[in-house]
Amino acid sequence: MKSLDKGRRAAGLGLVVLVVAGGLTACSGSSGSDAGAVASAGTDQAAGGGTYTIWDPYPQFDDSSDWVKLLTQCGTQAGVTVKRTGYDTTDLTNKALLAAQQGNSPDVLIVDNPVVSTLAEAGVLTTTDETKIDTSAVSPNLLAAGQLGSKTYGIPIGANTLALYYNKEVLKKAGVDADSVKDWASLTAALEKVKAAGKKGITFSGIGTEEGSFQFLPWFWGSGANLTKLDSPEGVAALSLWADWVKKGYAPTSVINNTQTTSWQEFATGDFAFSENGTWQLANAKKTGFDYGIIPIPAKDGGTAPAPTGGEFVTMPVQKDAARYVASQKLVTCLTSTGNSLTTTTTLSYIAPTEDVQTKQVEQNAELKVWVEAVKAAKGRTSDNLGTKYPKISEPMWKAMQAALSGSQPPQEALTAAQATAASAIQ
Amino acid sequence: MKHATQTPAPPTEGGWREGATASRAGSAHRAPARRGGPGQWATGRWATGQWAAWAFLVPVVVYLLAFYVYPLYRNVDLSLRNYTVRSFVQGDAPFTGFANYAKVFADATFAPALWHTIVFTVVSLAFQFTIGLALAVFFSRNFRLSATLRALFLVPWLLPLIVSSSTWSWMLNSESGVVNAALTAVGTDPVNWLTSPDWSLWSVTIANIWIGIPFNLVVLYSGLQAIPTHIYEAAALDGATPWQRFWRVTFPLLRPVSAITLLLGLVYTLKVFDIIWIMTKGGPSDASTTLATWSYRLGFGNMLPSFGPGAAVGNLLIVIALVFGLVYIRTQRRQGAA
Repeated sequence: MKSLDKGRRAAGLGLVVLVVAGGLTACSGSSGSDAGAVASAGTDQAAGGGTYTIWDPYPQFDDSSDWVKLLTQCGTQAGVTVKRTGYDTTDLTNKALLAAQQGNSPDVLIVDNPVVSTLAEAGVLTTTDETKIDTSAVSPNLLAAGQLGSKTYGIPIGANTLALYYNKEVLKKAGVDADSVKDWASLTAALEKVKAAGKKGITFSGIGTEEGSFQFLPWFWGSGANLTKLDSPEGVAALSLWADWVKKGYAPTSVINNTQTTSWQEFATGDFAFSENGTWQLANAKKTGFDYGIIPIPAKDGGTAPAPTGGEFVTMPVQKDAARYVASQKLVTCLTSTGNSLTTTTTLSYIAPTEDVQTKQVEQNAELKVWVEAVKAAKGRTSDNLGTKYPKISEPMWKAMQAALSGSQPPQEALTAAQATAASAIQ
Repeated sequence: MKHATQTPAPPTEGGWREGATASRAGSAHRAPARRGGPGQWATGRWATGQWAAWAFLVPVVVYLLAFYVYPLYRNVDLSLRNYTVRSFVQGDAPFTGFANYAKVFADATFAPALWHTIVFTVVSLAFQFTIGLALAVFFSRNFRLSATLRALFLVPWLLPLIVSSSTWSWMLNSESGVVNAALTAVGTDPVNWLTSPDWSLWSVTIANIWIGIPFNLVVLYSGLQAIPTHIYEAAALDGATPWQRFWRVTFPLLRPVSAITLLLGLVYTLKVFDIIWIMTKGGPSDASTTLATWSYRLGFGNMLPSFGPGAAVGNLLIVIALVFGLVYIRTQRRQGAA
């Protein structure tokens, strides 16, 4: 009986081993054929060829889009075949981390700018020194989001940021001149008039995610506050401004759950005077059917508030085979060089990261002038050498924002609590 | 694990929870071989049988290992190590024992999240079960169109959650929602359903009750079908009122079905994430955060993922569900013995 048991167990073990081994060989078989394909592609295209993978956060573009055509073209110039995959932007950070863990990072990774420092911290990205990417032409305020310590981990492909859209008809009815909105006091006065005229004041996105922090920052920075001290009097002033707007009915309570898309939908109804939104809504603005204008977000005491920079960085993840960097560098340069930047940014409807190209963009489309100015004043969220500390500050900040907007805590109290949380998280 | 009893499982030493059943099947199998005949023949036939048995068993075992045991192991492992983004990539996260759990318990979000989870689950279950049972009793009378109406009641269950939650979030919108429009029409003040810390948990609970009713209706209805009609006839002859018939006949006879409905409902409700995330993101400022949404936010809701604490919260949920599962099995056993 004993030997039977043993035999049975051995048989079972054998079967399991067989299945597992089968699975493994299946895997290695496929990877083997991949390697073969790469090798044959290499020989087809003479020296330096091969397949290079690019991941980007633009799933809205398919193979027939200008963006993918541009990637293919850059690949041809660099003498390689480009294999491009578009991911949802919220997915991309974890995908990139997992790929790095398994040692199959893409050759070129285009990723949202505040994520660069997280990936750099994880040791996933090469520095531009190592890969010899020239970043000298890029505006320093945009490049800062990709810098950690004294090292730069990528190059911006384009930038966008926030400004205030306004509805000309609504302002006219309320007797408000958009040009008179220069600081917080004049903006609040304008909202009061709009409300008195029976229309709605302003929409923004105060949702409890990074999106909410992104929208709050122009006001936070515009007050002179600094992210290292959330509960400074300036920070409290910024949050009080938003909370008072909601309390007085200048902004709807739905802002607490608004994403930038739903906030835009509210503005698109034509009832609202102002909406805080980004460059990417320009195409939609033309579809609303009413006259709109755009002004920069005012700082507390006048001038343009620094809005956070949006837009992606082109990065090169660390590869086992350093020889791959040569062709990847050509791809990155192709996408970001001054010569091609105009094409790239037009394709993605971004503001260029270099001054030369910004000037060209305004020449082609005068409407972009206000955006170029806003981008010049903009500031990276991970700048000021905050790097991976930023996410730990941003979360308590958006929670405080939600608490103040919903009236569950006064701004001062909410920000004091947030500062305590952020300080202990950063340690 | 139920599969093990259905498969002709050979007795392995330890291992299966259903070991008792399995070995009974096994000894029945073995009996003829032991009783005699030339050993050679018996062993040969026996061996073939075993090979076939193993061949049937292997897919299940591989499936369980790959899709249950390994992910569970990874989740426990994640929760016991101090993962940063760097150590996640390099795979050298130091083992820190229960530090992540300690961190989670000490977090200011823990107590509210646990309380919200309890309120959300208990209130959802109570209403889903009561309404589901009432509807099941109602439909069991088989009037005209009852089948059609019953089918219509299944709609919330069939709709993708993204559709139903988005619809609820649109209906409850404080600015343009149809619910507030109705409240204003009857002269009541509008309510900030999703944006007020006092209301957001109730709003997601209401949506969840609506989504859970069909499940309770279907299971309880089939339970009602299994109660023999002659008992009702007897009760009616004894002069029981409809009310008494419900409380003295239907309710006690439905108890086993009710227990499993409530247990399944509990497991579903504990892990409800999508409805809350789509409607409120757990906000405003954690007012509708449950353990499930908190776990997600820790792991994925921030640019800097904290996998360790996120996994720890997830494991807590598993433990809670497991505890209630054991309580269920225990009561079943006791009922079976009685």
